[in-house]
Amino acid sequence: MIKFNNVTKIYPAHSNNASSTPVLQDVSFEIKEGEFVSIIGKSGAGKTTITRLILGLEDPTSGEIYFKDKNIAELDAHGIQKIRRSIGCIYQDYKLLPLKTVYENVAYIMEVEGRSSGEIKKEVPQVLELIGLKEKMDNFPEQLSGGEQQRLAVARALVNHPDIIIADEPTGNLDPYNTYEVIFLLKKINKAGTMVILLTHDRETINKLGKRVITLVGGRILRDEAEGKFII
Amino acid sequence: MANLKRIISFGFQDFSRNRGISVATVFVLVVAIMLVTGLIFFQGTVGYLTSQIQNKIDITAYFNDGTAEQDILNVKDEILKMSPSIKNVEYISQDQALADFYQKHQDNPVLAQALQEVGGNPFLPSLNITTNGDPLQYAMVSNVLQTSDFSKLVNKVDFSQKKDTIEKVYSITTNINTFGIIFEIILTIVAILVVFNTIRLGIENSKEEISTMRVVGASNSFVRGPFIIQGIIYGLISFVICFLISWLFAFILSGKISVVLPGFNMLSFFLTNWWIFLLIQLGFGVAVGAISALVAVKKYLEV
Repeated sequence: MIKFNNVTKIYPAHSNNASSTPVLQDVSFEIKEGEFVSIIGKSGAGKTTITRLILGLEDPTSGEIYFKDKNIAELDAHGIQKIRRSIGCIYQDYKLLPLKTVYENVAYIMEVEGRSSGEIKKEVPQVLELIGLKEKMDNFPEQLSGGEQQRLAVARALVNHPDIIIADEPTGNLDPYNTYEVIFLLKKINKAGTMVILLTHDRETINKLGKRVITLVGGRILRDEAEGKFII
Repeated sequence: MANLKRIISFGFQDFSRNRGISVATVFVLVVAIMLVTGLIFFQGTVGYLTSQIQNKIDITAYFNDGTAEQDILNVKDEILKMSPSIKNVEYISQDQALADFYQKHQDNPVLAQALQEVGGNPFLPSLNITTNGDPLQYAMVSNVLQTSDFSKLVNKVDFSQKKDTIEKVYSITTNINTFGIIFEIILTIVAILVVFNTIRLGIENSKEEISTMRVVGASNSFVRGPFIIQGIIYGLISFVICFLISWLFAFILSGKISVVLPGFNMLSFFLTNWWIFLLIQLGFGVAVGAISALVAVKKYLEV
């Protein structure tokens, strides 16, 4: 479903004296439908760049990235928006819409897809109930705890039944209890058949998962193991 | 259609929830619109002043004693034919001139007595010509009066005595108008830039939000739309405030201004030209609000 083919990403230098920085170098991997893959590495290893490349927020310097056999770099704005709608993203800083309530944050994703008001009214409360935020649906994100905000981000990622969930350091700001909850939710989503890509440097989480692990070091793939451990 | 409804509703929602930024932007927009409105009042006042001065400068052609009325009326027709934009040409007969003199000096019996001493009617028949103040028109009238057919009828034209004053006044009014327009353009540009920057700062504040909207796959119009609606709301609210302020301003200052400028009624100027105020204030507010939002948000929408 997602295929990186010899992808290199180099950010141009901002000043004449500085040299360009390669963030990813000759990276190739393939993730199939329904897989749960963790991409691990230290800060600056290139994990977030992988997310941005999949979402079409950046173009690779060389190489190709395929999403359902379509080369992302060759898609027009509409094609990229379509891909983004089929991916649910969860971020360390939640990236919620601060001027919208809990309900509206989730509903927004369905509105972007052009879903009817009837569907939205029916499905949003269901999803909020699933992640335990139904009671707070009229609150604004700033009125929620960190764990609640992350659960809201998960609800938002889930509501459109995406093909893929990309979780970029989803537990970075959470305590162990909330970390467990979020990882539990991701496993549950994956069990239902959705591909999950987890980008993290949380050793304990990875070691407990027992799933495929791609290890990035300095922008290159060091290991790609079916049941990997956090070894850098 | 459903999307448009959602975009409009998001616009209103963001406007009401972003109260601080909304109030600040409306305030800046009100100041900018009032600046432009002040210029309309200024133009109105200058226009009135100019027309008053220009109306007071006219040409009087005096004809020889005993010139037939029909001959003078022929001159009048010729002047109107040559220069249709002439405001008015009035024939004043000798009797009329005498009657006007008595009327004007009815409180001064010495003058009336002096006239009786002179005996007869010393006044000459004349044509009183009111132009639009343009020296070219004076020249044209002068040419008509100097043609061989008419020159023998004309005793004197007081144009030549007034020529310097006329040209000076015309050049002053032209300069006031030219500088007024340049000043208006500069102030309008400054006003637009100030509003644009205020709206840009507001949108800059939402850049994280815009990036989130893009990441979840919102189309550019879905992201951009609510900001443009907000810009239109800013414009509409500012227009209502400015229109009321303008009316109040005209109402309160009308009396005071007519002391300085007798005959100029600011309130009636506002009421006569209310649709110009409406169009300029509404057009400026909504267009500047919406276009500023459109331009400011564009930067964050490149896919």
